[in-house]
Formats: sequence, structure tokens, C-alpha cells
Amino acid sequence: MANFVLDESRSEESTKGHLTKILVIWAITSVIGMALVWFVLGPHLPPGTMTDQAQGAQFDIRLVSTLVVPVLFFVWLFFGYSIMKWRVRPGEDPLAPGANISGNSKAQGAWYIITTTLVLGLAAFGTYFLVVPAGAGGAEGSSPIWRPATKNILQVQVIAQQWRFTYRWPQFGGMETTSLELPNNTEIQFNVTSLDVIHDFWAYGLGVKADANPDYNNIAYAKTQQTGKFVVRCDELCGIWHGAMYNYGHVVSQAQFQTWASNMETQNAALTKLLPKYSLTYTPSYSGAGGGYYNTATDPNANL
Amino acid sequence: MSKGARAGALLVSFAALLGLIVFAVAGYLRSTPPTVSATPSSTPGVVNLVMQTDGAVGVGPHPSWVGYFIQDANGAWHQTTLIQLPTHSTVHVTLYEYDSGGNLRNTVWSKIQGTVGNIAYVNGVAENIVNPNSNTGNGIAHTFNVPGLGINVPMYGVSSTAKNFCNAGPCNLSEAHTTITFQFHTGGVGSYRWQCFVPCGLGYVDGNGGPMQNIGYMAGFLKVV
Ligand SMILES: [Cu+2]
Ligand SMILES: [Cu+2]
Repeated sequence: MANFVLDESRSEESTKGHLTKILVIWAITSVIGMALVWFVLGPHLPPGTMTDQAQGAQFDIRLVSTLVVPVLFFVWLFFGYSIMKWRVRPGEDPLAPGANISGNSKAQGAWYIITTTLVLGLAAFGTYFLVVPAGAGGAEGSSPIWRPATKNILQVQVIAQQWRFTYRWPQFGGMETTSLELPNNTEIQFNVTSLDVIHDFWAYGLGVKADANPDYNNIAYAKTQQTGKFVVRCDELCGIWHGAMYNYGHVVSQAQFQTWASNMETQNAALTKLLPKYSLTYTPSYSGAGGGYYNTATDPNANL
Repeated sequence: MSKGARAGALLVSFAALLGLIVFAVAGYLRSTPPTVSATPSSTPGVVNLVMQTDGAVGVGPHPSWVGYFIQDANGAWHQTTLIQLPTHSTVHVTLYEYDSGGNLRNTVWSKIQGTVGNIAYVNGVAENIVNPNSNTGNGIAHTFNVPGLGINVPMYGVSSTAKNFCNAGPCNLSEAHTTITFQFHTGGVGSYRWQCFVPCGLGYVDGNGGPMQNIGYMAGFLKVV
């Protein structure tokens, strides 16, 4: 493999000898490196394990980080070995011609096979882990192809507005809250929309990310599996307070969630009555400054 | 090009660049609104903050934009949204709202949150929700919203057909207005951004440009020190 860079005049050993040495060092360091990445670094990799989607993302990052180790180590080792073994030594002519470069069908064949396997393998892996976990926390548009198996899904509408997120709960009388609490061990459907420009609902700890477009319902799924605090950030530049457009949410026990939700429902009863009917999208009136939002069907300006 | 010409060109470009920088810095300094401190009261731990919201500020580089004036201890009004407040104190806010209202884009902001008792007095009447419907009332003109302190106070608008409607700030109490009072606690040191949730930047995309994106108009900071 190494003979197209090998200057025979400078080498006392055969090509095979070099390659064997490199491969041995490579195998040993790679096994150690891979074990370290998988077992020591792996459990701490983002985005954690708060939902099935987050855990899935963590698994992907963990696996790819581990697989990258031997590739990286081979490049480093070959580079280091070449510098040590085949560098020009004092007294040698730096311009002396090296050995002729000639094709090496074994090296070329190995290159094709290894890189093709890697790329196709990653493509298959990526496709499988996008389809199987219902879109892997990514938004799937308004009619998702990949849905979770269960029919028991908590609906959470995420409404983005310059420059805050609010949340609407169709299964709790259509109330709207400024805080986000989620029950543990529950499949959640995020219905993400916007009242003005494009925002992005990025609940990193939940492994969920979905663009918030006006007049559009963008759906993403995640199943909670661990209580804790997570942050929601806007991830589309949306104006002066884009950087401040974040809030914290919590995954709490199902009992705590029920208490929170029914308290909110009571506290907000008078407000809920004033809200427009729950709808998957809300079309703002473009009649001027301000502008209430309307369900598309009742927007007096929808045809303007 | 001769050596002299090249040196000349270099010097001219350098001077132009320097001029640009000075211009930008001066422009920035000139456009930064002043910070006004809340007025201490006779009660320890309590400060007073008097503000007005105008449909058109009437002064500065954008006289037609909506914006705020804050009153200092001497009673003078300053067109700004930068307010200095003491830590761990109660702020008694008096807000004179001179602008007309409309429906809220998101009706959730009709509810008063984060103030003492979750209420505000609108023309002397304690309210937890301010009627956002512009068909049955004047609608909401603006909201005073401080996300970091969980505060949201919607401001009931004045009728746009009021005879003595204030067309340019600073407005005075003889003109049509809503008087809104409320109290809130400041907590620890911090710089808390505040904004309006009525997209009131008339003529800008979705009403969210211009005054909505400029400090001194509909965006500001509470500097708690
Ligand atoms: Cu945003
Ligand atoms: Cu406003």
C-alpha cells in the first residue's frame, strides 16, 4: 500500500514490513480509542437521553464518533510514520528522485471497497434511524409519513411570535400557556407554527427541532422518558430579540403534569374563552399594525 | 503609478476609512437613548416609575414611530426605553397610554402576569384581563412585557376618534389617555429586556420592524443595579 510514496533507496525494510507495523499499531490504538469513545465519552454526548429521540441522536453521535476513531487514527499514524521513517535525513539530497509511482491495484481496490462500504453503510444507517423513530425528532411537515405506533399522543401546539414561544393545549380546553411542562413516559406531538416570520422550535434536550412557519403546521414527535429541565431556543434569525427568544421547560411526572395542567386550565379559563378557536394555523390580519390572528376560514383579509 | 501617487492614494483611503469609523461611532453614540432612573419614594424599598406610550414620539430621527417617554425625578420626559431600577425593590408604575388599540395578534397577552397580585389598575379599576376585542372596546394598544421577570401588562387603547387624541409626543394629561398602574418586584442584579407584543411597527413586515426593533421605541432594558 505504501509503495507509491516509498523511496526504495532510503528504506532497508520491505513495503510489507512497514505496512504490517502500521497496521499493528493502528489496530491496537484504534481498539483503545474506540473503547474510550464508546464507553467513557459516549454516555455524556449530547443531547442526552430525556426522550427516545434525544437518546436516538445520542446513539447516532456515539456510534459515528466511535467509527471515526480508526479512520482518524490511520491518517494520523500514516502521516506520523511517514515523517519519522521517510523524511530527508542530514546529508541526504532532498531533491533526489524517489521511486517511480505506479498503480497498486490492491491499495486502490481496498480504497474503493472501504469508502463505498462506509458511505453506503452510513446512508442505510441514517435512513433506518430516520424512518423507524418517527422522523427522529425532526419536523415532517403537516402530514407526517412516519408516525409513532401509539394512538395515545399528547398534542402540544408551539406558537412562535417575535420574540417568544407560547404553547397551546387542545386536549386541555385549548388553553394557552407561556410555560412548557411535559409528562414523563408520554408520546408527544409538537404542532409548530408561527404568527409572523420564520422561527425555529429547537428543544435540544428533547432531540426535537422544527421550523415555525406562518400559516403552516410543522409536526415533530418525541417520547419523554426522563424527568428534568430542558431549554427551548429559536434557531432562525428572526429580529432584534432572536438571541433572547428562549425559555425553559420541564419533563415532570405524569401526576405533576396533571396537577399543573388542571391548575393552568382553571387559572386561564377566562383567558381561554377570549382565544380564537384552536386551529393548526393562525393567519394574522395584514390590515395594518397590530392585527389579531384569525383562523384562516374566518380571516376577513384572507382573500386580499 | 508613481511612488508619490501611490502614497497619496493610500493616505486618502486611510482618511476615508477613518472618517467612516468616526461617523459610525458618532452615529451610534448619538442614537443611543439615555437611561432614566426610577424616582425614589418616601417608602423604603419602593420606587416610582412614570412612563407614557405615544402613537408617535414626535421627536428624534423617527418622530412618526410609536414609542415611550420616561419621566425623571425632576418631572422631565425623556424619549427612551432604558430604565434603571434598584435591586430587591417594589416598583410602582404609572403608565399613561395615549395610543389607539386593536386586536392582539396573540390574545394570550391580554392577561396580566407577573405584577403584584397579577393585576393592573386600568383607569382605577383592578383587572386581570384587559378586553382585547376592538369590536366591543378600544382594543389593546401595546403590551409591557418583561420575559425575564414574567411580566406582561396589556395597555388598553384610547379611541382613535377621541377629540383630543395626541398626535405627537410627548403627550400631556389633557389629551385622551388610559391610566394604567401596577407594581412589580425587581429581584437581583440583571439587565432584563422588555418589548411589546402588539406588532405596532406600522408599514413594516408583519408590523414587527422599525420601532419594534429599536431601543428607545418598543424595545428596551430594565437595568436592575
Ligand atoms: Cu425566533
Ligand atoms: Cu407596541
